[in-house]
Amino acid sequence: MDAKVNVTVDLSSPKYQVKQESKVVKVLIYIFLALWTFVNLFPIYWMFTFSLKDNKEIFGENVAGLPHNWLWSNYTDAMNTGHMNVYFVNSIIVAVMTILITLIAALMATYAITRMTWKFSKQMNAFFMMGLTIPIHASIVPIYVTLSNIHMLNTYWALIIPYAAFALAMAILICSGFMGDIPRDLDEAARIDGCGIWGIFFRIIVPLMRPALATIGIYTFLQCWNELMFANIFNSKDALKTLPVGIQALSGQYTTNWGPIGAALVIATFPTLLVYIFLSKKIQESFIAGAIKG
Amino acid sequence: MNKKVVYSINIFLFLLPALILFVGVLIAPIAMSGYYSFFDWNGFGEKTFIGFENYKELFSSNAIGFTKALGNSLLLAALSVFIQLPLSLGLALLLGRGIKGERAFLAIFFMPVLISTVVIGQLWLKIYNPSYGILNVFLTKIGLESLTRIWLGLPETALGACFVPILWQYVGYHMLLMYAGVKGVSPELREAAKIDGATNWQVSRYIVIPSIKPIVKVSVIFAITGSLKSFDLIYVLTNGGPLHATEVPSTLMINMLFLRNRYGMGSTIAVMLIILCFAFALLINRLFKEDR
Repeated sequence: MDAKVNVTVDLSSPKYQVKQESKVVKVLIYIFLALWTFVNLFPIYWMFTFSLKDNKEIFGENVAGLPHNWLWSNYTDAMNTGHMNVYFVNSIIVAVMTILITLIAALMATYAITRMTWKFSKQMNAFFMMGLTIPIHASIVPIYVTLSNIHMLNTYWALIIPYAAFALAMAILICSGFMGDIPRDLDEAARIDGCGIWGIFFRIIVPLMRPALATIGIYTFLQCWNELMFANIFNSKDALKTLPVGIQALSGQYTTNWGPIGAALVIATFPTLLVYIFLSKKIQESFIAGAIKG
Repeated sequence: MNKKVVYSINIFLFLLPALILFVGVLIAPIAMSGYYSFFDWNGFGEKTFIGFENYKELFSSNAIGFTKALGNSLLLAALSVFIQLPLSLGLALLLGRGIKGERAFLAIFFMPVLISTVVIGQLWLKIYNPSYGILNVFLTKIGLESLTRIWLGLPETALGACFVPILWQYVGYHMLLMYAGVKGVSPELREAAKIDGATNWQVSRYIVIPSIKPIVKVSVIFAITGSLKSFDLIYVLTNGGPLHATEVPSTLMINMLFLRNRYGMGSTIAVMLIILCFAFALLINRLFKEDR
């Protein structure tokens, strides 16, 4: 919708009265927002507190308050017997490799699609965009069968490659937005200076794409950090499990002792929340960028 | 070598990594899933071609219960569209009109989106725990002991109990998308309407909502396809039980594959999911177009 309306009216003129909400409505709005804030924060708060309590406090003495005894041993339990430190490292390895592969493949493909002239570049873009709607279920059986045939189940690659492939469509979408903003004169100038296509790509485009890399990196990180279905099926070895699968295993192990489970949940959550505290705007943008084009 | 040929080779080289990943992991497997769906196959032995038998069995057999699972996921979709999205829209409108503390509220409401579904599932398992869960403890404390129950263990309440964490997790996501749309509405337009005497509600109803329709459309599509594909939370909370009360197509598919070794049938469910997701996406697109 275009803003064709010109506001020429003097706002202070008494002829026009802008209706303000009554005090009651305003108070009700804030009560509603406060209530919703509570609903959002309370489970997270509760998770942090019970990760530091023993069963006696969790199960009755002190259900919702801050822990009386800060029981850090829950965390050492989660790591020593629950192997959360191993799962944590695995998740990091998988996430970092996935992000690297996604970024390289997406940057190169986007460059070919948006900055090189050839006949079917539009169709190629549409082809990649199909990936936005394909559910991961679609490929689970063939990937499982193939991975098992080539003996690649129970390796990091069994997760990294599928994750990168499924992150690709979104990465290309975000990349083309950013790459379109880089002026073409830069390519021209570099070409006149004797730069080849690869030179332009590595020396001009890639360094200018840093903000896009952050956006894609964040989005891809969250996808693989939290993914369960593939991780659960393609890796059954303890030494290779990622956090979501590891937590499932741990909760089977500690059905009656809640503290270490709480600690495991916190271990899996705090990196994302920590990053969110510093980069909330960037993270929100990465989610918007992915959906708005639709 | 001719310059044009070099240029073409370069284009191909730039596309190669993405193409290998995309075709190898997404496109080829879809074709293979379609192919497997016509066979009776246990994953390692001989495949027997049986035509559309898997599809027929899927829709007619009560033992598999696909229609029930599909019904459950459609119910989740309906709940998402009619409860979750209006709530998200309401929050987006409130925050988007510029309220004090707007950024802080936005940041808090979006937080659950970032938490792993497994963590959320485990957390809500504890909240719903029949004897020590905070929900039943709370109900007992305020004297409503009669309302306490085994939320995830009873067929009547299990699906509803699964929906609450889904709502909790995704309201913030839809709110953020809609908020971005609301912020995109030009302030002059709002101002003009208010000068003409429109109330906040009227501004939202007649100016903001119509202009963020494309985003609402995206949200509806995501909510429906997301419900059809829902897996993680259900898997953690109930794994389809009790008595298949929370079974959804994905949990059924995983059961077929890894408990019963029916790879042909598992693939059939996967194919149905893809078809349904695309069909619903097209349908919603169509509905929103005619509405214009």
